[in-house]
Amino acid sequence: MTPSTSQAKKKVAPIVAVNDFVVKFANVNGSGSASANALFAKSIFRMGVPTTPRNIFPSNIQGLPTWYEVRISEQGYTARRAGGVDIMVSVNPQSMADDVREVRPGGYFVYDNTRPLDIRLLRRDVNYLAIPLTEITNNNYSDARLRQLFKNVIYVGAMAAMLDIDMDILEQLIAEQFAGKKKLIEPNCNALRLGYDAAKNLHSCPIGLKVEKRDLIGNRILMSGNTACGLGAVYAGATVAAWYPITPSTSVAEAYEKYASSLRIDADTGRKNYVVIQAEDELAAMGMVIGASWNGARAFTATSGPGVSLMTEFLGLAYFAEVPAVLVNVQRAGPSTGMPTRTQQSDILSTVYASHGDTRHVVLIPSTPKECFDLTASAFDIAERLQTPVIVLTDLDIGMNDGLSEPLEWDDDRVYDRGKVLAADELDALDKFGRYLDVDGDAITARTLPGTHPEKGAFFTRGTSRDEYATYTEKGDAYERNMQRLLRKWHGASAYLPEPVVKGSGSAIGLIHFGTSAAAVYEAMDTLTENGMQTDSLQLLSVPFHDEVAEFIKQHETVFVVEQNRDAQMRTVLVNELEIDPAKLQSVLNYDGSPLAADTVCSQVQQALGNRQMVAGD
Amino acid sequence: MSYLKPNFRHPQLPKNGLDLTRSSYEGLISTLCAGCGHDSISAAVIQACWELDLEPHRIAKVSGIGCSSKSPTYFLNKSHGFNSVHGRMPSVATGANVANHELTYIGVSGDGDSASIGMGQFAHVVRRNLNMLYLVENNGCYGLTKGQDSATADEGSKSRTGNENPFENIDLVGVALEIGATFVARSFSGDKEQLVPLMKAAISHRGFALIDVISPCVTFNNHHGSTKSYDYTREHVQTGSIIDFVPPREEITAQYDAGESMQLDLHDGSSLSLQKAQPNHDPTSRRSATEALLDSRENNQILTGLIYIDAQEPDFHEVMQLNDAPLNSLQQDQLCPGNEKLRSINNVFR
Repeated sequence: MTPSTSQAKKKVAPIVAVNDFVVKFANVNGSGSASANALFAKSIFRMGVPTTPRNIFPSNIQGLPTWYEVRISEQGYTARRAGGVDIMVSVNPQSMADDVREVRPGGYFVYDNTRPLDIRLLRRDVNYLAIPLTEITNNNYSDARLRQLFKNVIYVGAMAAMLDIDMDILEQLIAEQFAGKKKLIEPNCNALRLGYDAAKNLHSCPIGLKVEKRDLIGNRILMSGNTACGLGAVYAGATVAAWYPITPSTSVAEAYEKYASSLRIDADTGRKNYVVIQAEDELAAMGMVIGASWNGARAFTATSGPGVSLMTEFLGLAYFAEVPAVLVNVQRAGPSTGMPTRTQQSDILSTVYASHGDTRHVVLIPSTPKECFDLTASAFDIAERLQTPVIVLTDLDIGMNDGLSEPLEWDDDRVYDRGKVLAADELDALDKFGRYLDVDGDAITARTLPGTHPEKGAFFTRGTSRDEYATYTEKGDAYERNMQRLLRKWHGASAYLPEPVVKGSGSAIGLIHFGTSAAAVYEAMDTLTENGMQTDSLQLLSVPFHDEVAEFIKQHETVFVVEQNRDAQMRTVLVNELEIDPAKLQSVLNYDGSPLAADTVCSQVQQALGNRQMVAGD
Repeated sequence: MSYLKPNFRHPQLPKNGLDLTRSSYEGLISTLCAGCGHDSISAAVIQACWELDLEPHRIAKVSGIGCSSKSPTYFLNKSHGFNSVHGRMPSVATGANVANHELTYIGVSGDGDSASIGMGQFAHVVRRNLNMLYLVENNGCYGLTKGQDSATADEGSKSRTGNENPFENIDLVGVALEIGATFVARSFSGDKEQLVPLMKAAISHRGFALIDVISPCVTFNNHHGSTKSYDYTREHVQTGSIIDFVPPREEITAQYDAGESMQLDLHDGSSLSLQKAQPNHDPTSRRSATEALLDSRENNQILTGLIYIDAQEPDFHEVMQLNDAPLNSLQQDQLCPGNEKLRSINNVFR
């Protein structure tokens, strides 16, 4: 619930909180605020307090309003918190009216009083903290660009005073940020101090909100999911990345290139042991991935919903021709261009069942940056083992925001699973090679790579029907046999996929969730427990489903599927894949483009159960 | 079905440098219509690869969708092939090529596959200068869907139903010249004498090599009024430069009159001995090649032969600075940076 602007509101006692509040910065897009805001979030993280920053940005390069919301939570909650913010730092006059409205009763509104505040923006239940930001900036800097940049650092300094953030940590962070450009350290620290001193002089600091040092971070990291996906691809040995720019997935390919360009240069020749191809479109990107995978390189692409739509013809071919491929789909709000800078989980159906004909695709769904790394790396093993496309399904919220995560880890004893690929000597040992002949009974057939053997193993890869020896045929029985084998492969796939995570202890209510809904669901479960309602949860990490999923649904009287789309798409997949009675699955849905909040889960669950009880009591 | 292949072969069939007869380069029996130009092109591919002493299994065939794209089944049975998606062969070829640049890539496409649905990918594979032979089997119509005009059908050319095509045609040779192709040629499926040496030169060229082959559709586009029929093509062919392909380490023996011939060295050590048919057409000049093409068009002729070549331009592998070891040959220890490195990466995010 967003507080209204009603000026008739009574004066409310200022919010007092330590390590449990939400700060929001209202900025102008393209004004250089991102690095200052990140500096702010990182300083609290360094103070040992769980911190979750989120960019809320428009589809725009410069000029429109953009926000940076930081949730500070000693309990470790990382989901977006609904119901307004505790302190708003207003640096953008355009959005000031909305920004004032968003402050919780008793909250704080930090603003630039170089020019007087519009009296209509005054709320009696909000505490106004004036800082003459523009005046300080103009008095200290003459260059326009410097004014703009240092203004951002100045307000971070002011916040440090107001929230009692350790200045040494901030200065240390600045030193690290400009390690390569040392002459920038001093001016940035000066700007920080200007803001800090101004706030100290003008206000009683700290204000009611305060950050206190804790030791709650451990060895966790603050990383974006896209960075983790890119790193996962590097560690998995991907050598070919083909992609087309699209928000919010662009930084996956960029992260891959960044790390590959330092970790994958041949020591002897100085040349690249990887290639990044910016393709002409998503169709071509997927074609390149399939061509490279067909030829034995680990290849991947990253895209978002509209890109997946363009790739679907190729995805169907890869499914049918059994060519491995890895695709990272960072979902955004659709359809079409929709809200490209807002988050959703609305590509479930278009991903699981992408393409024409009978197709089903293996999908992996991470909920943290560490899972982004792990599942992207595993995707290559799974794709080559199953010889099929594997889609890592994330979303903008996890992809583009820095999230609190366990550190990334790689087991040095781990060996890539390159699947069934016959070498020349193995071909020699065969009487006759059958590309689509199920020799082992696991529905997975051996493939060969071009150039392997002078006489044996060559075959024609095609989307047209063929027999077990890859010979073209339109005979119905051959087609059916093949499709049945592909279905058996699908049903056996879960053996290679990450298992769902089940929490709870025998409650009658179960919550099924996946991806970025996890944080909100776990927080909601705590709240529901406090309100006397015990719930269990199951986090899906992959499709097709393990037996535990059907079991969980059977064991719980009431099951909610929590998802961030309008049409309850995962519920549809559950019903379809597990042949569940649809009446058994209720929905908790959030699709306004903002990340799911625990409040939404609680209220929809409580409402559904309350309604049912009322019906039962009639 | 064109013909049935005999199992018995004459024991004294000629052999190439690898001790292989042409039969080692053949494919399955064609299922195209009897007399289809595409089958002549398949035969030329077989001849060219055999003459070049290429190991059949070190060749990869890629194609899109259409009559043309079926044809890789009909040659090089010991090579892997990929009959991919309509108009998307260039992307599959690009992926395959970066995974292993050591194979020879032969792409087969058609006029619908390249000039309509695949125009975008065609343009971009040209730009990338991907090292491959790109054959367009150009018959001006859609065969598999029974004879609709394609984008390469000439304006005014009559379809099977007698309707005149009202639209300007897309000449892939002109497009390729405009956007930076490094080897551009045109030929005619009925002229094996010209086609085979062109193919050999195209395969030896390091970079993207386009051969637009006029390949009449005997079933749907071989009638009076069509500008892609056997008769029309034979009557309007204007033979451009005639080339003789000289393999590496062989001497050039052919003699041409000074001023009308030139020798071009290719990257793999082979060379082209080139006899100019038009004195003003210098195939090493993009401007001159473009003018020759425009001249022939104005004269209602079909310019064939090697139209343009730039043997120096770096190919995609080189531009991307890829290692010599093919990407698909790299092992886990060369690819995975290990946990120690990951620990230091984690530290940057704290």
